[in-house]
Amino acid sequence: MKIPKKLKFRKGEEETKNEKAEQKNTSPVFSVIVRKEFTDFIKSWRIIILLIIIILTCMGSLYTAITTIQDTLSRSEDVKEIAKDTNLFLQLFTTSDGTLPPFVTFVSFLGPLLGIALGFDAVNAERNKGTLTRLMSQPVPRDYVINAKFLAALLVSTTLFFALGFIVMALGILIIGIPPTFEEFLRILCFLCLCVAYIGFWLNLGILFSVRFKQAATSALSSIAVWIFFSVFYNMIIDFISKGYLNPESITSTDEAVTKQETILNLMRLSPNYLFSESTTTLLSPSVRSLGPLTMEQTVGAITGPLPFGQSLLLIWPQLTGLIAATLICFAIAYVLFMRQEIRTN
Amino acid sequence: MSEKIISLDKLTKIYDDQPAVDRLSLSINKGEVFGLLGPNGAGKSTTIFMLLGLIQPTSGNLQVCGIDSTTNPIDVKRRVGYLPDDLGFYQNMTGFENLLYTASLNAISRDEAKRRAKQLLEQVGLEDAMHKKTGKYSRGMKQRLGLADVLIKEPEIIILDEPTLGIDPKGVQELLKLIKQLNKEKDITVLLSSHHLHQVQQICDRVGIFVDGKLLAKGNVNELAQQLFGVRSSVVQVEVGEITESLLARLNQLDGVTGVEKVDGSFIEVTCQENMTPVISETITQNNARLYSIRCKDHGLDEIYHLYFEGREIDENTKKAKIS
Repeated sequence: MKIPKKLKFRKGEEETKNEKAEQKNTSPVFSVIVRKEFTDFIKSWRIIILLIIIILTCMGSLYTAITTIQDTLSRSEDVKEIAKDTNLFLQLFTTSDGTLPPFVTFVSFLGPLLGIALGFDAVNAERNKGTLTRLMSQPVPRDYVINAKFLAALLVSTTLFFALGFIVMALGILIIGIPPTFEEFLRILCFLCLCVAYIGFWLNLGILFSVRFKQAATSALSSIAVWIFFSVFYNMIIDFISKGYLNPESITSTDEAVTKQETILNLMRLSPNYLFSESTTTLLSPSVRSLGPLTMEQTVGAITGPLPFGQSLLLIWPQLTGLIAATLICFAIAYVLFMRQEIRTN
Repeated sequence: MSEKIISLDKLTKIYDDQPAVDRLSLSINKGEVFGLLGPNGAGKSTTIFMLLGLIQPTSGNLQVCGIDSTTNPIDVKRRVGYLPDDLGFYQNMTGFENLLYTASLNAISRDEAKRRAKQLLEQVGLEDAMHKKTGKYSRGMKQRLGLADVLIKEPEIIILDEPTLGIDPKGVQELLKLIKQLNKEKDITVLLSSHHLHQVQQICDRVGIFVDGKLLAKGNVNELAQQLFGVRSSVVQVEVGEITESLLARLNQLDGVTGVEKVDGSFIEVTCQENMTPVISETITQNNARLYSIRCKDHGLDEIYHLYFEGREIDENTKKAKIS
């Protein structure tokens, strides 16, 4: 019973101290929420299982890539010299012997799944467990909650993908014995950033649904539905449209053919999956010179050779901004919805 | 007269043209235990949410600790602890960790938070379970942890929304005792919402009755009963062998009896102004009827409360019927 008495004396003093600390900078509270969310993620079985799957598949694809490259290298000594000039190192991410898809394909497949898994129950789980009202009755601005959740999830995916990318690079250097050039290194860094942006899109879609739908299952299913739509059905629909639209009998001039082809391409680019795959191929295969249709006139006289890094980046700039814009739009909608939403539990 | 710590002035919240809280004016003094009483959906929770600044009022003013919670919710939340009715904890964290998290959200240093958390957990009787995951806590334990969670920021006011919901009678008594103790020892103002009149009666200094977003009456419980029901009446239930018309007539003629009603079979209910059991039994035996049982049904506060709200519903129905 001695402690409460002491406490009473110290109460006034402490309060002013606390207030001062808070007035100085409010960020400690924000970082507290981020830290807690981050810990929750890395402790949850859902994320652990997903991480294991991603790591295993990446190792698998790395193995097939390495064996393919080694087979080619061992055929002759000259190849090694040629290899240095043709960005062989980047092939670690894109080559495969056909048994397992390459690293890039795995990322484009599992990345969205990770994003959705990180985001789909961000808000509604708190709501259903009754922790949201408790959290909101603490002196915390409302947007801290959703911002912190977003940031924590983004941190998890950034850490994971950079770690994976560097592991693949390290193993590549160790096993093949060819170090990456500085340009290749930059390309890989950009590729990893792109991955994070792509996951960010799906993460925000998940958060958006988690704000909108009260049940975690509904929001998970709707996020997965969107993902499946873009990865399977969207291509089918575009194929279907292009069959009629690009009918050779109805096309009369080259110009018309080019514009029609471009329309179809732009339709394809509405899908975040397509934007991602376009950008990754450009980044990781420097030989890609253009993402649109090229006429014979344009290609005649062109010397086939790798594009410099700056040019590749320029080529995918619209794709990258588009992807980030889509991410931000999702987050903005989720943010506004959450700020306006009633905190009521029912 | 002590200072006002919460004051509401013509507070109104309208949901889809339906007022959830209708021009509510109320003030609560420092150090008081105030009970908000009312049926479900009366607007109690809406009022509480507005006090915390979680819901914007449609019109009206409110001040908590002299701060407007509509414009400055963060400052209010720093001073007010709120225990929601369906409170939940992060299930994969222990009770102790949950408290530390709340403390860190209130910018309390880690050492201080640990000290306070330990002390509070002892106070609410959870010292044995403090390193257990909250997912394994029982409802009563959660409620007690909730109280500790509210107190860790050392608030000036605590708001408890249905704190006794779903706890066994013994737990309820302990919780109420704890609340009263906190109120006395630390001079914390308590605002309590409930629909259990007898619990409210036990600990509240004053009570406000809430129906359809309006405050119908306020004051201490005894005053309230007088105010709402006027003269108290009691009902004597009698079981006799055979009910005859002459018996009913005789009972009706007794002084102080306001009504006699045949309930079913051999039961009669006599409504009278005070407890008239001896007179009634005498009358029955004089009338040569066999008396099997006699019982005085005194109105408990709960019953009065139910009667009151039932009465209102009937009133409203008849009103509606008249209009149509």
